[in-house]
Amino acid sequence: MLVIVAWPLVETFRLSFTDASLRKVTNYVGTANYEKIFNETFFGVIWRTFTWTFYSVALKMIIGTFGAVLLNAAVPGRYLFRILTMPPWIVPMAIGIFMWGWMYNGQFGMISGLLQRFGLTDGPVAFLAYGETAYWATIVTDVWIGVPMVTIYFLAAIQSIPKDLYEAAWADGASRWTRFRRITLPLMLPAMITMSMLSLIATFNSFDIIWILTQGGPSGSTTTMIIDTYHTAIGSKKYGEGAARAVVICIFLSLFCLAYFRVTRRLQTIGGKE
Amino acid sequence: MALFHDKNTPMIDRYHWWEVIAIYAGIFVFLFFLLAPFIEGFLVSLKPLAELFSTPYSFWPENGSFAAYSTMWERVPGFAWYVFNSFLISTAATVIVLLLVVPAAYAFARFDFRGMGLVLGGFLAVSMFSGAVLLIPLFRLMRSLGMLNTYWAMIVPGAAFLIPSAVWLLRTYMMRIPSELNEAAWTDGASQFYIFRRVVLPIASPGIVVVAMVTFIGAYSQQFIFALTFNSKTEYMPLPIGLYAFFGKQDVVWNELMAAAFVGIAPAMVIIFFLQRYLVGGLTAGAVK
Repeated sequence: MLVIVAWPLVETFRLSFTDASLRKVTNYVGTANYEKIFNETFFGVIWRTFTWTFYSVALKMIIGTFGAVLLNAAVPGRYLFRILTMPPWIVPMAIGIFMWGWMYNGQFGMISGLLQRFGLTDGPVAFLAYGETAYWATIVTDVWIGVPMVTIYFLAAIQSIPKDLYEAAWADGASRWTRFRRITLPLMLPAMITMSMLSLIATFNSFDIIWILTQGGPSGSTTTMIIDTYHTAIGSKKYGEGAARAVVICIFLSLFCLAYFRVTRRLQTIGGKE
Repeated sequence: MALFHDKNTPMIDRYHWWEVIAIYAGIFVFLFFLLAPFIEGFLVSLKPLAELFSTPYSFWPENGSFAAYSTMWERVPGFAWYVFNSFLISTAATVIVLLLVVPAAYAFARFDFRGMGLVLGGFLAVSMFSGAVLLIPLFRLMRSLGMLNTYWAMIVPGAAFLIPSAVWLLRTYMMRIPSELNEAAWTDGASQFYIFRRVVLPIASPGIVVVAMVTFIGAYSQQFIFALTFNSKTEYMPLPIGLYAFFGKQDVVWNELMAAAFVGIAPAMVIIFFLQRYLVGGLTAGAVK
């Protein structure tokens, strides 16, 4: 695994100081690649990446908790409902994204079609053609792909909470909401932190969804850092500059990791063992 | 009001009628969000192309038929082979990941050694660079190892990128196993390996199933980019790339594409269906009792 991931990392770092392209012989260019990327547009890209990631992860966590609690309820059919949660996650990502691409289609797609049918919009809405809607459309698809895994993982976390805690609280007259807030939520916290961390990294690096739906457009409204990196490295064949952007991405993610370790350590000292 | 309740339902699990309605309404909204693209995709697979590209939009197919499910095989003759390749690659990657990750996660969960934070952080760090960014160095590596155009070129990087999240998921799960169990077995004179095999593995099995599922599905998803780069031979193509065969020069044969997507994912659905029963059984039996 070190060879497969760590070596290319080092290689990427090395390339970020060169003018490498796909064919050309590479020359050392110092920090020129880094100086080039710190311009106005790149700060816009960074900011967009952060907001995009934040909304997506936050929605995944909220909807995942909501789903896990619902699927944990002792109602008939819950086994079937749990299975029905999984398709977005099982299906190869590209297939799910194609399906969404079709749904967002203004002329023939389901969302626009139904909105018109129920008179909510005057004409067709081509979701991927406008900056604002494309931004949210890519977030919705990202959330859609991420939610099943979050839900199932949270469900497992809820079910590993000892039943006697609930029974004791119930015997003391605690309402369902109080039991959720005082037992379920605190004991889910370690699972939530782990999941939001993994989700954060996956979302930050989210490529397929934006690439297949919008390729970063229209006019850059969905260009996140990873898309920008790909545009530069593969699209424009400036691999050195792309590598420099990739290194910047890695620095941000390392900062997330550090923050995460701080938080978990504090949680462990406050709450004892979990 | 006792809806669905018999005398065996514990008092704590009894709901008011309005709670039952709220739960079902919530589940319906939740599942509709998750399944809408599949409902739409299925309806698209039933519609003839002309109907697909007609306005105004109609939800239900007017001249629906399963024609696309038979014509797709003629358009892309090797389709079954793509599905088989996808399964082979995902299964191999999952086996590799589990063999490496189960002992590692146990070590990370149970023993506190110097520099563990660093190693765990390192695991996260290496998973940060998505395949898209590392493609060119990886390509050179695969070429020098002679792995291009083999199954290994898709299995090995796939597994490598899936290891970090698998370690993290399983570690959290294993940390919930009470260490008293270990200590009890240890004082009974069991060896460390025996404890791992006979005490830890059975208790952790629901967690391992979860990790296996996550890994298999991850491998299934990420094949796209590795296969596209490291493989130019049709006989090794996995399903996601095989689907591009339905993309024509000008237009996409959407109904056949959707039909092929459903044919391709059906076997995975069946497997998950059985795993899910085992998974839920393992979880509801109470992993920590």
